Amino acid sequence: MNLTLKIWRQKNAKAKGAFETYHVENISPDTSFLEMLDILNNNLIHEGKEPVVFDHDCREGICGMCSLHINGHAHGPDSEITTCQLHMRKFNDGDTIVIEPWRSAAFPVIKDLAVDRSAYDKILQAGGFISVNTGGVPDANAIPIPKADADESMDAAACIGCGACAATCKNGSAMLFVAARVSSLAKLPQGRVEGARRAKAMVAKMDELGFGNCTNTGACEAECPKAISIAHIARLNREFLSAKFKD
Amino acid sequence: MGTFLYNSSIGKKLVMSVTGIFLVLFILFHMSMNLVAVISPEGYNMICELLGANWYALVGTLVLAAGVVIHFLYAIMLTLQNLAARGKERYAVTAKEQGVSWASKNMFVLGTIVLLGLCLHLLNFWSKMQLVEIMGQETNSLGFGPADGAALIRYTFSQWYYVVVYLIWFAALWFHLTHGVWSMFQSLGWGNKTWYPRLKSIACIVATIVFLCFALVVVFYFIQSLCGGACNL
Repeated sequence: MNLTLKIWRQKNAKAKGAFETYHVENISPDTSFLEMLDILNNNLIHEGKEPVVFDHDCREGICGMCSLHINGHAHGPDSEITTCQLHMRKFNDGDTIVIEPWRSAAFPVIKDLAVDRSAYDKILQAGGFISVNTGGVPDANAIPIPKADADESMDAAACIGCGACAATCKNGSAMLFVAARVSSLAKLPQGRVEGARRAKAMVAKMDELGFGNCTNTGACEAECPKAISIAHIARLNREFLSAKFKD
Repeated sequence: MGTFLYNSSIGKKLVMSVTGIFLVLFILFHMSMNLVAVISPEGYNMICELLGANWYALVGTLVLAAGVVIHFLYAIMLTLQNLAARGKERYAVTAKEQGVSWASKNMFVLGTIVLLGLCLHLLNFWSKMQLVEIMGQETNSLGFGPADGAALIRYTFSQWYYVVVYLIWFAALWFHLTHGVWSMFQSLGWGNKTWYPRLKSIACIVATIVFLCFALVVVFYFIQSLCGGACNL
């Protein structure tokens, strides 16, 4: 496959960025999207040019490091996968592919296609945990949990914190991410105890960091590589509102 | 207690939701009232008489006005914050996300059209009815009694451009309600995978009923004016 790539290049957080056009040739359709970028970077290095910076780590869709807004979609045109799981067979020979970094005020560009997603870490630090005493390892399954609750919790826990939700949302809202964290813990007895405090603390941090307000468009769910449902946002609303009314 | 209603994102959405529910209920009441104008103009004027400048009608008007003002002020506040959160740099390429309705992404624009339509509507009707009574006048600028709503409807919708503008207004309201009616439940925390299709269907049905019933009155009186009383609709 021969492809034309329009890639956002930006020297650093303060510099003004712009699109640059590159051509890659003889790309196998079975190449992953990130491998295709590796090939581009290899060419650029050989030409003595600066390679394109992009985030990646596990390359198997579980770490949440890869990002990229490809042809108008977070993680590319395919659904329920991350960019690293996207393959070039999803494109056609001769295509022009536009690659942009996440665009959200709370995710500033570090360089080229890499953005600073530490805002999500700060929200997690505010309440995305459970408090447990150290000691012996408790027995597995010592606390009975209904299957439906465990499933619901696991579905929410599938969130990898990649930032596609806030990057896609027209309001730059992080609600799907926060909802997934709050929901996965709220559905389990170990997390239930701190449920009210957690919802309040995480929402307060989310608002403080400049994320937008959810208007229930559902765009986040459509673009989420883990297909996290906005039903978790409804649960976050319940958790937060009931906690506030009890205050 | 209570500060979360203006300094937290979910609290602000709660205010949007509750004022939204209130406004939807009012629209359903107004719609039912309008239908009487089609069945019996005399009956409609009886309702207008009942809702003159009485204390309960005035209190109702004030509460309603407060509902509209709060809903709109919060919409401005939320929209400005959302624009800021989106950032200065925008995507060069955007694509439609699967299953995302056009209305859900244009609620502020649709709401503004609804509000502009409301201003025209207040000018067409309220200023010639309740306001006339509040001012203590016997007749309005058109020479009708302030409770003669039927005559006012007949007069307004005999002019084709008002018919067009009102139908555009109702169409904007239809779009606004298709998202708003289910979204208000979501903002309250009432929604899950089972209920989303149901809530969205209910929203669509409510929006369509509201559109059809409001449009019926306008079109009915317009057609009647074309016949010049010859056809007894």
